[in-house]
Amino acid sequence: MRLKKLTFKGGVHPHEYKELAEDKAIEVMPAPELVIIPVQQHIGAPAEPVVAVGDEVKIGDVVCQAKGFVSVPSHATVSGTVKAIDPRPHPVGGKVLSIIIENDGKDEWSPDIAFDENYAELDADEMKKRILNAGLAGMGGATFPSHVKLSPPADKPIDTFILNGAECEPYLTADHRLMLEKTRDILEGVKIIMKILGCKNGYIAIENNKPDAVRAMRQAVKEMKMDAEVVSLPVKYPQGAEKQLIKAITNRKVPAGGLPMDVGCLVHNVGTAKAIFDAVSSKKPLIERVVTVTGLGINEPKNVLARIGTPFQNLIDFCGGLKENTIKIVNGGPMMGIAQYTLEVPVIKGTSGILALTEKETALRDPDPCIRCARCVDVCPMNLLPNEMARQIEYDNFEEAHKLGVLDCIECGSCSFVCPSRIRHVHLFKYAKLEITKSLKARA
Amino acid sequence: MENRLLVSASPHIAHKDSVQKIMFGVVIALLPAAIGGVYFFGAQAAWTIVLAILSAMITEALIEKLTKKPITIADGSAIVTGILLAFNVPPEVPWWIPVIGSAFAIAIGKIPFGGLGYNPMNPALLGRAFLLASWPSHMTIFKVAPRGGSLSGINPHAIVNYGLDAITSATPLNVFKTQRGILSEWRDVLKSGIENPVLQAKANLANNAISQLSDSYANLFWGKVGGCIGETSVFLLLIGALYLIYKRYIGLRIPLTYIGTVALLTWIFAGTEGFFSGDPLFQVLSGGLILGAFFMATDMVTSPVTPKGRVWFGFGCGVITVIIRLVGGYPEGVSYSILLMNLTVPLLDRYTKPKTFGKVEQK
Ligand code: SF4
Ligand code: SF4
Repeated sequence: MRLKKLTFKGGVHPHEYKELAEDKAIEVMPAPELVIIPVQQHIGAPAEPVVAVGDEVKIGDVVCQAKGFVSVPSHATVSGTVKAIDPRPHPVGGKVLSIIIENDGKDEWSPDIAFDENYAELDADEMKKRILNAGLAGMGGATFPSHVKLSPPADKPIDTFILNGAECEPYLTADHRLMLEKTRDILEGVKIIMKILGCKNGYIAIENNKPDAVRAMRQAVKEMKMDAEVVSLPVKYPQGAEKQLIKAITNRKVPAGGLPMDVGCLVHNVGTAKAIFDAVSSKKPLIERVVTVTGLGINEPKNVLARIGTPFQNLIDFCGGLKENTIKIVNGGPMMGIAQYTLEVPVIKGTSGILALTEKETALRDPDPCIRCARCVDVCPMNLLPNEMARQIEYDNFEEAHKLGVLDCIECGSCSFVCPSRIRHVHLFKYAKLEITKSLKARA
Repeated sequence: MENRLLVSASPHIAHKDSVQKIMFGVVIALLPAAIGGVYFFGAQAAWTIVLAILSAMITEALIEKLTKKPITIADGSAIVTGILLAFNVPPEVPWWIPVIGSAFAIAIGKIPFGGLGYNPMNPALLGRAFLLASWPSHMTIFKVAPRGGSLSGINPHAIVNYGLDAITSATPLNVFKTQRGILSEWRDVLKSGIENPVLQAKANLANNAISQLSDSYANLFWGKVGGCIGETSVFLLLIGALYLIYKRYIGLRIPLTYIGTVALLTWIFAGTEGFFSGDPLFQVLSGGLILGAFFMATDMVTSPVTPKGRVWFGFGCGVITVIIRLVGGYPEGVSYSILLMNLTVPLLDRYTKPKTFGKVEQK
């Protein structure tokens, strides 16, 4: 037994609303008539379209190819005809070049995709190649290309892999359901990852508000004779943030401005591990994902297995539509997700949830002046001074905000969440980060 | 539907607390002591509290109206200022004292800096300091004995038995200060070898009074003692403080370091028989320390935001309080020490900035 408490400093306890969807088994949604595949669904360089309007495609065909190392391809998620290639509203903001495919309803798959019994014998490079070809990017929301994470430089060996099943964002239950329903696939994914990295320590980290998932994982780990430990973590947001998770489990601190590999760790999300298993064992590209469609504004909250590229509107209709009092639609969780102005945006690889929020939940108000209550300081998991940074940014004093460490902010939203004055910290910090990186680049 | 969708930055959910809720929480926490003040000192205390609140709110609304700013009295902070001001004046002040005090607190101590959140010093304490400087006689003379007690907190039978009535017509800290003064004067005279029977008799009385003070813990705790309207009952103040702590509206760092520092320093230095002979419990229970430590030093706007800064702040308040109590010109130093420490907050925040997670020490 560990004596040290598995936790990190700071954090908040928002109302979870997990009960809306946590008991709903994953439902497969029929493919929509039209899918929208943006060329950018990941951090890094946008992919390049390799199809033209009028082309026929099958499920799993590459429609845009990775450009450079930090980039991933995307695939057709329905069979049919490419209808258009033009900029469309994107759930992360703005308009992004997208490939629009009309479904012919035949659901024909690309012939390459088949289960390979001997996949476990593949060497690490082949596995990584399959992961890249499958177009995998982190499915927890950060969407960093998976093959890049799995290729640490030689001087940064990784000895510890952590499977992130914390799902600390309120409302979201997609990972929870996946851990219950696809326990073994996920663990096979973990085996693959640990083989690629050649690392010894494996942890499966789950918040203790999902005791059934903890049990299922423990059971499966035992049955599969895996050398990994299932750890049950106290519920606290942002438990699933990489740096906080690593601190809680290994007590190692990722240096400010650094990456998990600087302390020999790698973290992948549950959904990504499952997708890695599919990619390596069957060369199956990432064409679908589990999305939690929930919130008090949704008639029937569900966990839905939906094709990438499915417009939000279709998913919402599949879940009984919106209630009248919905005022906000969010891509992702309520703490870090992005508010949408249109329901035309598609599900992308990082869409863990679609939230329909009502006034009751958002508790929206205009900001009041900061009363220096210090709650934001007390909860900041990165040990920053959110009140002071916000003040400096309001005066356009980016230099000072930079000195105060705004670039270390993980945008977890804990500070704004607790602020009685409803200061919009995260909004200010995102803005300041842009300004600072701009001026740093200009100087370099 | 679509044009109804709100777009704003994350997070999309928020804690229920608001500035208003916090301020009314503080008002609730101050209620037991307010009721106690009225119970102990009578109707005039009630009037003083009401007038101070009204004056604070009217002043704020009036200035904002005249300067065409949004009226902010609904946030409750003016009410808090009014109550705290009333808590810090003697029960027998004329009606215009709380009126002027609150008006000054708001008009000079709060609005000119930009209103709530921007004032560097606690407005109520600033108002009190102004009153003390302008009408010292009204602010320092205590005449009303609390219901069921005595001004000095010394038990009535002791006053009669020991012939203390000549020296107990003041608050406990006042008695302490003057009698301790007499004792040190007497010691000086003793050393010089000159006989002085009058002083000798006075010193006996002083010794007696100080030891009686030390027996008055219970009276100090319940509030059967003279003093400002809201500061006397430790018990009622602690009820309010517990509520604030439970609601997480205040933390423990400032009050505990403040009180701890006063206890430690007075134990070391406030004795009548050399070092380490002081009576820390008496010092902690008397005067406005409990009120100051839990309700004024913890004022969010005027205390540091960093955890370490809050410790230093409490420590500084404690040191200054003890210095004023022991060697200053006033028997009590809570208000001034908090005001002085308010001024150090920007520095404290700057030099106690927490280390960013994962930041390696840099030279
Ligand atoms: S939580 Fe809000 S009001 Fe409190 S100190 Fe931080 S920014 Fe200011
Ligand atoms: S400053 Fe950044 S890291 Fe800290 S609580 Fe706010 S959003 Fe989270």
